[in-house]
Amino acid sequence: MNDECPEDFQLLCPLPLNDRDTVQLAHGGGGRLMKALIEGMFLSAFARGESSSQPAPAIEAPHDSAIVELDGRRLAFTTDSFVVSPLFFPGGDIGKLAVYGTVNDLAMAGGKPICLSAGFILEEGLSMETLRRVVESMRDAAREVGLRIVTGDTKVVDRGKGDGIFINTSGIGRVPEGIEVAPGRVTPGDAILVSGDLGRHGIAIMSVREGLRFEGAPPSDCASLVGLVEAILAAGADIHCLRDLTRGGLAAALNEIAEHAGVGIELDEAAIPVIEPVAGACELLGLDPLYVANEGRLVAMVPAEAVDEVLQLMQSHPAAVGPATIGLVVSEHPGVVEMRSLLGSGRIIDQLSGEQMPRIC
Amino acid sequence: MKYIDEYRDADRARRLAEAIRRTATRGWSIMEICGGQTHAIIRFGIDEALPPSLRLIHGPGCPVCVTPIEIIDKAVALASRPEVIFCSFGDMLRVPGSEKDLLTVKSEGGDVRVVYSPIDAVNLAREHADRQVVFFAIGFETTAPANAMAVTMAAKLALKNFSVLVSHVLVPPAMRAVLDSPLNQVQGFLAAGHVCTITGIDEYRPLAEQYKVPIVVTGFEPLDILQGILMCVKQLEEGRFEVENQYARSVRPEGNRPALRQVRKVFQVVPRKWRGIGEIPQSGLALRPEYGPFDADERFALKQITAEEPAECIAGEVLQGHRKPHDCPAFGIRCSPENPLGAPMVSSEGACAAYYRYRRQKGKRRT
Repeated sequence: MNDECPEDFQLLCPLPLNDRDTVQLAHGGGGRLMKALIEGMFLSAFARGESSSQPAPAIEAPHDSAIVELDGRRLAFTTDSFVVSPLFFPGGDIGKLAVYGTVNDLAMAGGKPICLSAGFILEEGLSMETLRRVVESMRDAAREVGLRIVTGDTKVVDRGKGDGIFINTSGIGRVPEGIEVAPGRVTPGDAILVSGDLGRHGIAIMSVREGLRFEGAPPSDCASLVGLVEAILAAGADIHCLRDLTRGGLAAALNEIAEHAGVGIELDEAAIPVIEPVAGACELLGLDPLYVANEGRLVAMVPAEAVDEVLQLMQSHPAAVGPATIGLVVSEHPGVVEMRSLLGSGRIIDQLSGEQMPRIC
Repeated sequence: MKYIDEYRDADRARRLAEAIRRTATRGWSIMEICGGQTHAIIRFGIDEALPPSLRLIHGPGCPVCVTPIEIIDKAVALASRPEVIFCSFGDMLRVPGSEKDLLTVKSEGGDVRVVYSPIDAVNLAREHADRQVVFFAIGFETTAPANAMAVTMAAKLALKNFSVLVSHVLVPPAMRAVLDSPLNQVQGFLAAGHVCTITGIDEYRPLAEQYKVPIVVTGFEPLDILQGILMCVKQLEEGRFEVENQYARSVRPEGNRPALRQVRKVFQVVPRKWRGIGEIPQSGLALRPEYGPFDADERFALKQITAEEPAECIAGEVLQGHRKPHDCPAFGIRCSPENPLGAPMVSSEGACAAYYRYRRQKGKRRT
């Protein structure tokens, strides 16, 4: 600590709020509180103590999907729950999200989606017409990706105990031979690419949920990334790691990767693509687009020699909208994401505690 | 983005930093008042581009940080009542009171809602005639006009179920408190551009004259802040102490008169406690007696709620610029945004939060 601080200095700040006794919304916000919950509650219970005869899924190295080996074949397996409000928003709905979210997670592990399950928790009083629209949207999204929803479950809860519809989807995908896309492969020298501009989904949701009408607010980027990943992998381009950018945005994804791969990450502020309406809405609300949710964007860690090829493949694919190289993996400051600002100095891009809170003025 | 990109131009920023280096012949300590300026300084690394002899001291201009703990306790008590819909700006939800914060109240079943405008709270009151809607009216001179407008609107609509919990604070008395402190090191100020957009700059002139400090009304983008620093350094070097306006694209000398009229109609100047600093005379706004029915303090008989802050809290020293956040032994160890010990670690405008988010690693390297 600094010399000015006397050694016997006793801090008596206004009352700490230490470990929370109850679940807070921020535990689901994609930030540090959620990480602490997953590591302290779920991983500590589930990741240890299984019988050794079971195949060990890759639960120790958190990834968008677990890789399970079965008779010499590798399967990607993932699950995701969807609780979006409102159910329909510009550019998508909860049904589309439920399909794309899970297939995107499979794709980030190099998995070709095979099938999905769908579990519905419906609130008493939900209109059948609303449910039909959501289900048809799921059907259309699954068709587009080329997979089927093969099993499911339905529960109904009392009015007031749900938010219309909650959906859980789980998915299985096949990981082709020779494909290994995982945080463990990220090495210093890798370039960091994003498949498009950031923050559209979060701002689209906020513009309808909070009744804020931003001029020219863009629709959500909600889309499947399966075709894009297949196109890149099919071309034989070497990709070290992929991550789809959802809750917590680019910042959360990069922090996780930096931590698990034990590398540092350096970003170039000027290179990060954000379209003007999103940037404007963020300025107004005091939000940082790096932390705003996306539903159709990925970040890729690519070895230097493959950067041009991957960028070209992205540019020619409709699911990538203005892809860009935004930074570099380095061996310095492991676990920390730094951004070069316009004056050339670095600042830390930290994980947030929970969700971003709009500021006062 | 128009009005943003041109104020973040890297070449012009470097030229301004160079001009500051050429102008400053000796060390100076300048305080930026507003938490928004603090965040821009840390986020864009502006302090690192300045000569080492030039010190930026972070001021008390974070409305969340200076709201006293007993007001948070009152908010918590109100939000816990079953008949109340408690409306607040997002920042306030995580500020710890004596026992809990508003987010905890929400998870326990309290109806706590984030609004973006006090008018949203008035509309909620119209829609929910069977509930009591309370709006948490905090902030500096910037948020006071809209909050005054909400009260005027509620009065016009004769709403019986709308009230405000007021903890408004004023900038010039806080500057005076900083200058009066025996520990004061501040030699010049960057005044808060958005506050002055409302108030104008006239009330800063007596301060500049009495304490012989230059005051430059400054904006929030990197080029604004660099230019504000340059103007302030020039004054210091030339031995001048004037009020200058860097942020002329927003600030008129007379301020926003209709907004000021609205504020004066609804609010009166009162002494106010500042978290970590203590009571500052004539430093706050409270509802005028004729708007008493809209005062949540009166409606819910909250006057008896009091809470004392420990006298040694370093948050007060950080807010007055006597210490930097990483001078605190708890910084980043026992105090983090998940487990804030003090409000400056909570708010997106708080100095400790800025250091934690952007400088944590560097702070550790320095130890």
